[in-house]
Amino acid sequence: MAKTRDSIKDIWGDRTPYKGEWPVRVDEQTDETPDKWVQSACMLCSNGCGMDIGVKDGKIVGVRGRGVDVVNHGRLGPKGLNAWEANNSADRLTKPLIKKNGKFEEASWNEAMDLIVQKSKEVVEKQTSLGIGFYTSGQLFLEEYYLLAMIGKAGLGTPHMDGNTRLCTASAAAALKVSFGSDGQPGSYTDLDIADTVLHVGHNIASQQTVLWMRILDRLAGPNPPKIVVIDPRETYTAQKATVHLAPVVGTNIPVMNGLLNLIIQSGKIDHEFIEKSTVGFEELKNIVSKWTPERVEQVSKVPAEKLRAAADILSNAKMLVSTVLQGVYQSMQATAAAVQVNNVHLIRGLIGKDGCGIYQMNGQPTAQNNRECGADGDFPGFRNWGNKKHVQELADLWNIEPDKIPYWSPPTHAMQIWRYAEQGTISMLWISGTNPAVSLPELARIRKILQKKDLFVVVQDAFMTETSKYADVVLPAAIWGEKTGSFTNVDRTVHISHKAVEPPGEAKSDLDIFIDYSRRMDFRDKDGAPLIKWNTPEEVFEGWKACSKGRPCDYSGLSYAKLSEGSGIQWPCNEQFPNGTTHLYTEGKFNTSGDYCETYNYDLDTGAANDAEKYKSIDPQGKAFIKGVDYEQPHEMPDEEYPLWLTTGRIVYHFHTRTKTGRSKELQAAAPDSFVQISEHDAAKYGISDGDMLEVESRRGKVIEPARIGGIDPGTVFIPFHYGYWDNDDRPRAANELTISEWDPVSKQPHFKYSAVKISKASDGILNKIGDAFEAIKDTLKPKEA
Amino acid sequence: MHIGRYIDLVYRTEIDLAEAFRKVSKEFKDEPDVYQTCQLLARWSDQLVEELAPFVKKYKSEKDDEPDRLTQTLLKKTRKGSLALLRDLHDLYLIASEVEICCTILKQGSDSLRDKELTPACEEVERQTKRQLNWLTTRLKQAAPQTLIVAKE
Repeated sequence: MAKTRDSIKDIWGDRTPYKGEWPVRVDEQTDETPDKWVQSACMLCSNGCGMDIGVKDGKIVGVRGRGVDVVNHGRLGPKGLNAWEANNSADRLTKPLIKKNGKFEEASWNEAMDLIVQKSKEVVEKQTSLGIGFYTSGQLFLEEYYLLAMIGKAGLGTPHMDGNTRLCTASAAAALKVSFGSDGQPGSYTDLDIADTVLHVGHNIASQQTVLWMRILDRLAGPNPPKIVVIDPRETYTAQKATVHLAPVVGTNIPVMNGLLNLIIQSGKIDHEFIEKSTVGFEELKNIVSKWTPERVEQVSKVPAEKLRAAADILSNAKMLVSTVLQGVYQSMQATAAAVQVNNVHLIRGLIGKDGCGIYQMNGQPTAQNNRECGADGDFPGFRNWGNKKHVQELADLWNIEPDKIPYWSPPTHAMQIWRYAEQGTISMLWISGTNPAVSLPELARIRKILQKKDLFVVVQDAFMTETSKYADVVLPAAIWGEKTGSFTNVDRTVHISHKAVEPPGEAKSDLDIFIDYSRRMDFRDKDGAPLIKWNTPEEVFEGWKACSKGRPCDYSGLSYAKLSEGSGIQWPCNEQFPNGTTHLYTEGKFNTSGDYCETYNYDLDTGAANDAEKYKSIDPQGKAFIKGVDYEQPHEMPDEEYPLWLTTGRIVYHFHTRTKTGRSKELQAAAPDSFVQISEHDAAKYGISDGDMLEVESRRGKVIEPARIGGIDPGTVFIPFHYGYWDNDDRPRAANELTISEWDPVSKQPHFKYSAVKISKASDGILNKIGDAFEAIKDTLKPKEA
Repeated sequence: MHIGRYIDLVYRTEIDLAEAFRKVSKEFKDEPDVYQTCQLLARWSDQLVEELAPFVKKYKSEKDDEPDRLTQTLLKKTRKGSLALLRDLHDLYLIASEVEICCTILKQGSDSLRDKELTPACEEVERQTKRQLNWLTTRLKQAAPQTLIVAKE
């Protein structure tokens, strides 16, 4: 038994200041002394920390950081150190379940899979494969996504595949594609070792990626600490360490970014040579942002002009700049457009493609990057362009199928549209793997209604019974991290392998095995009549993926399971040219935008209109980056007399996603057992609210009841964490997404979780009955549907 | 000289287009992207109408007594059922195309007159109308397979 630090009390641990480089600090937490350590990496956020799994008597007993790993140098955060306990929970799903007469009954794999296959065939018969949709996760392995992409795109031929990555990372991908021609983070975490300036936009890195934040804290504690600019409406842990903290009103990222760009351009400290040689569109950007004087920005965003000037001054003088962006941008108004403005800061200052200069359009989930690479979401495998017939032909050749099997004729269907088709009845089979939409999607009352539709056959593949799986027709018990082998890739393109350490519980199977089984039973074949899926093991699929990715930006062809098992994770592209991986993309100022190579023909940032190949020919910048600007559009729902406050949602440091894992770790759960609503001192006084009072928070879409937590947020805005649902506590409506709005960014299609208009009132004794009624109504809809 | 007729035609068709975008948006509140984008594109058209107004005054010589224009026969009533979205967006496309071709013709006139104010105004109408058409095409392409192949009614 070992516990090198108390990560609950002290989230980031002792400082280990830089001494030229980032010192190693191996964090460990085990219940018993392991018999053996098995190489893996952490899957509790997108940071991808190298980690060993401790095993004793065939059971996971703890974890430790891998000192050799480039990502974390041995460190682990509170979630990583604690959430492995979930693997050992007594309430793991261990047998397939089939719903009969409204109740789940245990079934054999044969029965469950036969039913799924029979249903699939019926749907295809009636509706073609357009009747089937897949809604997957940001937590499967690369191999599983790639296999699923093949099943969907080459087996069934349905365009309806997306992941919950749509909720966390779609705008990151979209912003990278729009600016640079393809997905893929330009920089490396090692940039943080030397950068003199760090910009965090809508990214509470201290809570979200605790280990990356340790790297920054250690810089701050060492010689030459960097300056930090934070843009966030809340005074987060991150904001508390900022040199300058800008706190814009919800929904005003574009005014703030335009204001900053305007001041940077006015400062004259832009890289004219780089702009000329490596970009297109600068003059148009300059024209748009020139209207955003600091005074006008202040009027719209409430960011004081002086503070904006101070931030712009830091950015104008930065010699090595690292920027990070996350949900405060991606889940808010003008998401892709605002994320692109961060790219523009780097492009106009020429701070890209070299040491110390990185842009991290962050991911929320650990394997979101792989979903995007492999195409189990709304992308095509290998960052291929669905509008490019040559790219489609490449996939067809690789898979030995006719190209018209691949649904390339229209944009792949995004998640919110998949749910809409299910609502309308044109999708009648929905296969949900490794995610919990009944807590994580916007406007939950609507999602529950869809899941309960009698004409929708729902398959849920998960490790636990969740708020979603209770509505399923078939539940498949899935093996998770530690119980299967596979690889995954973090934000800075570092690929890790995670070896199987223990057997899955009961009859649980890996997602890979389930998908392979499905494809065999469906008898998917290539054009010569051979089985479409020729692989049986993760390593064989990985080899297949290497062939698919070869020659594309995310080139894995130089990697292997053996190489990944040697020590540290390795950054793609890794190929003959770069056998040890690559720290920086675009080092020559040449981007992935040429028409035959790019992943997208680009979009209109205001409407999301997609260019076709013909149109792209006229704007093809052939390797130059796009600088694109937009003007401000105000959010679609604004506070008014009836709903006078902004609601914004987000995460807390101890939990991940909908707590299916972190809620099952004793320490994490004890550290943050319940949801809350954060409210300013000013509003608390106005409404006569004390800390801990139960508040009713209501939007046009629903109502929740939360204890009040006062302070750390601007007047007029309230905050509720999105993690909490009902599996462990259904005493009251408390999921933040009861309130959120069904709408999304025009380009990335990422939902706008970061704003909705709400009203609050104190849940006094007098209205307790009313609350009870409100919850009875929700509880009714929470009941499993009749079969 | 008939340029006044074409200014009037562009102007009134643009007004029709703004109104049509609003009408369609209200029919599709359950399709948030359609609702919101149509509202946005209606505002673009409003803006263009405003920019065209001075030219209507400047060149107004005779009353435009053309019979009902094409656009007035479209979207008389928005539709019901699963084809509705496709058909209504399709009509919007036709109205926007009418703006586009009217404007192309007008700009020829403006160029010949060397009207240094009208020509940029025409270019702005062309630019924004192309963006509107581009979005309609994208959304129509997205909606078509599901509607044509799977939708029941």
